[in-house]
Amino acid sequence: MLTWLRTRLREGIRTIRFPGNGADFPERFRGRPAGSVDLGACLFSPEEGEYSRDYRMAASTRPALVVATGEIELARALDERTRKLFRRSLRLRSVVAGSCNGCEAELVALGNVVFDLARFGVQFVASPRHADGIVVTGAVNRNMRRALELTYEAVPPPKLVIAVGACAISGGPFSGSPEVGGGVGDVLPVDLWVPGCPPHPLTTLDGLLRLLGTIESKETITKPS
Amino acid sequence: MSSLRKPGLRNRRAIPWGTVSVEPMERFRESVAEAVAGGWRVASLFGMPEEHDQTRLVAILADDAEGQLGVTSAVAGDRYPSLAMAVPQVHGFEREIAEQCGVVPEGHPWLKPLRRHPPDHLPPGRRVALPDREAYPFFQMAGEEVHEVAVGPVHAGIIEPGHFRFQAHGEQVLFLEIMLGYQHRGVEPLLERVGGDRERGVLVAESIAGDTVIGHAGAYCGAIEALARSRKTPRGQAVRGIALELERLANHIGDLGAIAADVAFQPAAAYLGRMRGDCLNLLMTLSGNRYGRGLVRPGGAAFDLTPAMAGEMRDRLQRLGEELDPVLALLFETASVQARLEGVGVVSRKACVEYGFVGPVARACELPRDVRHDHPWGIFRFAHIPVATAWAGDVLARALVRRVEIHRSLEFIVEQLGALPKGPARVNCGPLRPNEMAVAMVEGWRGEIVHVVITDDGGRVRRHKVTDPSFHNWTALALAMPGNEISDFPVCNKSFNLSYAGHDL
Repeated sequence: MLTWLRTRLREGIRTIRFPGNGADFPERFRGRPAGSVDLGACLFSPEEGEYSRDYRMAASTRPALVVATGEIELARALDERTRKLFRRSLRLRSVVAGSCNGCEAELVALGNVVFDLARFGVQFVASPRHADGIVVTGAVNRNMRRALELTYEAVPPPKLVIAVGACAISGGPFSGSPEVGGGVGDVLPVDLWVPGCPPHPLTTLDGLLRLLGTIESKETITKPS
Repeated sequence: MSSLRKPGLRNRRAIPWGTVSVEPMERFRESVAEAVAGGWRVASLFGMPEEHDQTRLVAILADDAEGQLGVTSAVAGDRYPSLAMAVPQVHGFEREIAEQCGVVPEGHPWLKPLRRHPPDHLPPGRRVALPDREAYPFFQMAGEEVHEVAVGPVHAGIIEPGHFRFQAHGEQVLFLEIMLGYQHRGVEPLLERVGGDRERGVLVAESIAGDTVIGHAGAYCGAIEALARSRKTPRGQAVRGIALELERLANHIGDLGAIAADVAFQPAAAYLGRMRGDCLNLLMTLSGNRYGRGLVRPGGAAFDLTPAMAGEMRDRLQRLGEELDPVLALLFETASVQARLEGVGVVSRKACVEYGFVGPVARACELPRDVRHDHPWGIFRFAHIPVATAWAGDVLARALVRRVEIHRSLEFIVEQLGALPKGPARVNCGPLRPNEMAVAMVEGWRGEIVHVVITDDGGRVRRHKVTDPSFHNWTALALAMPGNEISDFPVCNKSFNLSYAGHDL
């Protein structure tokens, strides 16, 4: 028991403040691209161009991800009625449909003590019947398309769809394969688009909190710093 | 066995495709069976479409004791006599060949769809009936009080899709069948199509299994570099080696945390989850991405370690080592945790040998298989990491192997950071030589990753075969469950932590 307590004390508090000074990225971090680019198709590889260290890039619409000037309209809050429903408690179901497990690993990381998603009232649940929406990762391949549709149907309305990662937005590195489609947008109406390959946990968190109106959308237009 | 040995064929050395023997089918089967009886392993077995409605079957065999690779091949029409009864470790490969190439291994004891997709490696002109993606003949047991439990493909947590079908008597599992393919994205045809465009190819390779970015990109680049005769810089190899061990560190720590979570030992789960993130953040410091994307490129490493970065990384890892010790002690010395791990999900050493399991699963059965040791490449040729084994083959043994490997990887990285070779981290990698074959193997954190690349007359990629360690090891999970309780499945599954994406391709 003493060892437990000693370890607990040594470990201290690891949860970062968010939004706030928690977003401390190393110099090489590839955040939002500096130039004109389709954030939904970008794989954030060093070969594709220059990047800023700004992690914020989740948007409410697919066209908003096609950035011409380096400026982006970040995600807007849901309408008043839906926001009231979900703001203090949002339950999500994860559906993985033709991914590499990178996005999933980052979604799992959102739940750890560092990011602690649950403190914002957002939780991943074990059944679509308990969910307010689904988080889709993967390029929506042929072998998962039906399961994705069934899961969506099983969620009671009103319901959200959140597309996380390059695959879910555009097919990502697999686009062009006859086994995958062009992402979730071809199959379901999407409320939040989170670019990245995979998106950093804070990119997803920022998008979720903007959607819920927890982060005020005053500065929706930003230029990469 | 002499026909298998090819002078010069080793991990990451190319040989002319023309020197690969084409044996009569009967002889081919004997060669593979004899080699396996003599202690070799089937590292890969795949089909490559050829002219005249034929498929070339190619077997890559590994002699772990000698650090050698062997290869042989045969030509098949639309069927051939299956090898799986004589050599069980080819059972998955033969199902794969049937599905990809439309070549039926006659007499295969378990010839079911593997990933449920139409053939994508048919000889030109061949037409076959398209398979029904929904149809799958599950094994079923009958009897009073025998019942069936179906799980997936959409799981309760944030987990990749797969379907598990248990035949159970009360809580006791009698049989587990695992149906995969839900993550199938068509990786191999894609790699073959973009073959010449390496910028695109390496991005696909990095996405074979997103938790094994360094491992798969390393195998991809290893094959490409061998075919291009690219110079390897000591510094580039060292940076890649450090990244590979960081990847292992992150995943092993994460796995121990996940095992702790599954037996409801929250403190260790929380601390280890945080420490896993610290390792990922080190990869981000180096490469700009938490999983190391963008780092491993043909010709070396796209990012170098600056002296300041190396120093900082060393400090952080040394601190991590100090923080890990008490937490791991907490996990492994708490009796209630041990009781939940010991004797659960046992895989026998015999099964490991027979089915060709790799990685920590094999090492937990006292089978010292480790590509870093058996077929060393790059930095691992000069800096050796002792192979960690345990003997019981249960969940605890697989956890113990990870615990030791965490320490070994930590030591290795800290040592390498202090002794980085000089010179460039990356050199130019030229065009691929025509009509050659290269085999590149990596010991990823899950075990042996194999990429085989064969070029055509024009130096284009003709066949790119990927074998993830999970391809072998999913069978181990199915074998480990009977006799256990259904409620032990999560922790048992976590102790393997296999890749759906890596298997499904």
